[in-house]
Amino acid sequence: MQYLVSVLCEGPVTATEEEEAAIDVFNDKLIADGHWVFAGGLGEPVNATVIDHRGGGEPIFTDGPYVESKEFLVGFWVIEAADLDVALKLAAEGSRACNRRVEVRPFL
Amino acid sequence: MGKPSEAVHDGVHAAVTRAHREEWARVVATLTRRFGDLDVAEEAAAEAFAAAVEHWRAEGVPPNPGGWLTTTAQRKAIDRVRREAKRGDKQKEAQVFFHDDPPEPVGAIEDERLRLVFTCCHPALAMESRVALTLRMLGGLTVAEIARAFLVQETAMGQRITRAKGKIKAARIPYRVRSAEDLPARVTGVLSVLFLVFNEGYLATGADTDPVRQDLTAEAIRLTRLIRTLLPRDGETAGLLALMLLTEARRPARVSATGELVSLDEQDRGAWDRALIAEGHQLVRERLASGIAPGRYQILAAINAVHTSARDARDTDWSQVVALYDQLVRIDPSPIVALNRAIAVAELDGPEVALATIDRLGDRLDGYHAYHAARADLLRRTGRSTESRTAYDRAIELAGNSGETAYLTRRRDQLG
Repeated sequence: MQYLVSVLCEGPVTATEEEEAAIDVFNDKLIADGHWVFAGGLGEPVNATVIDHRGGGEPIFTDGPYVESKEFLVGFWVIEAADLDVALKLAAEGSRACNRRVEVRPFL
Repeated sequence: MGKPSEAVHDGVHAAVTRAHREEWARVVATLTRRFGDLDVAEEAAAEAFAAAVEHWRAEGVPPNPGGWLTTTAQRKAIDRVRREAKRGDKQKEAQVFFHDDPPEPVGAIEDERLRLVFTCCHPALAMESRVALTLRMLGGLTVAEIARAFLVQETAMGQRITRAKGKIKAARIPYRVRSAEDLPARVTGVLSVLFLVFNEGYLATGADTDPVRQDLTAEAIRLTRLIRTLLPRDGETAGLLALMLLTEARRPARVSATGELVSLDEQDRGAWDRALIAEGHQLVRERLASGIAPGRYQILAAINAVHTSARDARDTDWSQVVALYDQLVRIDPSPIVALNRAIAVAELDGPEVALATIDRLGDRLDGYHAYHAARADLLRRTGRSTESRTAYDRAIELAGNSGETAYLTRRRDQLG
């Protein structure tokens, strides 16, 4: 079963050196224990573009994120875990490592 | 309809009711383990109990009602899964053949019902969902009963339970606790759920409900006992068990022959269950001897130990009770604790002093029946009959327990 662990952020997107180091340690552990699927950091929301091409015609491009909010998505892990208890435990370690709130959501 | 057949109907009705109380949780837990799906388990269990009424009338009550119900529920579940599989859901079809495999490893907890408790009380679920699920899956209450117990609309309660079950399935909340180290962290949440279940049994809500629902209090005590065997050194588990036992011990004296609640000072203390009191006192002493600072349940248990040590209400060591409430206020400064402390203060320093405290809580407790009941009693004791009557009226309007309503109505009507 796979889970998306979204990293939520309010402040600057770049991690500090200590955060980077802690994330590396956590990532290595994910890989060693077979939980690693994929992970990545994201650029600032101001650099986002929203595209609407529903219904065809000319696609509409809008500058900025699809939703304005104080908190935004700054990165994510996709992890493989047997169940939610395992996912929550890993997410807690991830939150500590990157020093940010995280959200866990199951893949369908 | 002739008499014998009525007698058979009554007998079957009683047998189904008893089986529901004793076997519901086990049937649901067994099916949950086997099918890995709370919905399937719950609906099949409900169908099996419905079938029992019909079959037992025709064929008599089987020698092992629990076994009959589990087997029938399993058949219903397989039928259901097959029906769904025919609609093209291949995954479900696979499950039909999967369920005869040896069950998955079950983790640290042996008792199936207890594993179900930990699933229903999972910290990833909202507290209100945990209580509702525990009452539905373990207690066997209908959605309507749970809705009534928590004063919400039945449709809203139905949605809450459906959402919670949906999350258990989609997010894969496991039907087990992985290891013994995980238990202490989970147990706090489980204890609050069990305490809510106990309270709902002890002061049942609903005009048509028995004032005391022993099925719920017994279920809460049984599950708390099980948790205590798993975590014998957990102070709050011992405290909650002691609290429940000392409260349950007074049950035989708590409701009059006419279904009216009897207040603590008017209870026939000879009717209290001495064995439960002895066990509760033993637990309280054990916690005191540990020298570890007590939590909320341990303090509440100690208060109840003081009450159950007194030969009559006048003999109660009220200064001890107030001192314990002082301790409780420090860890839980809620208005409800302050209200209960004031009620004890009334016995020590008189109703006037207590009234002054209670009136300050009015803003926050205006919707709470016990606030108005306590206030009505204190006003009565200071001779302020008209105000007392108004407070009784408000308490009666808010009280959800039939025995309490009867008690409050009598007290109001006794006012000069």
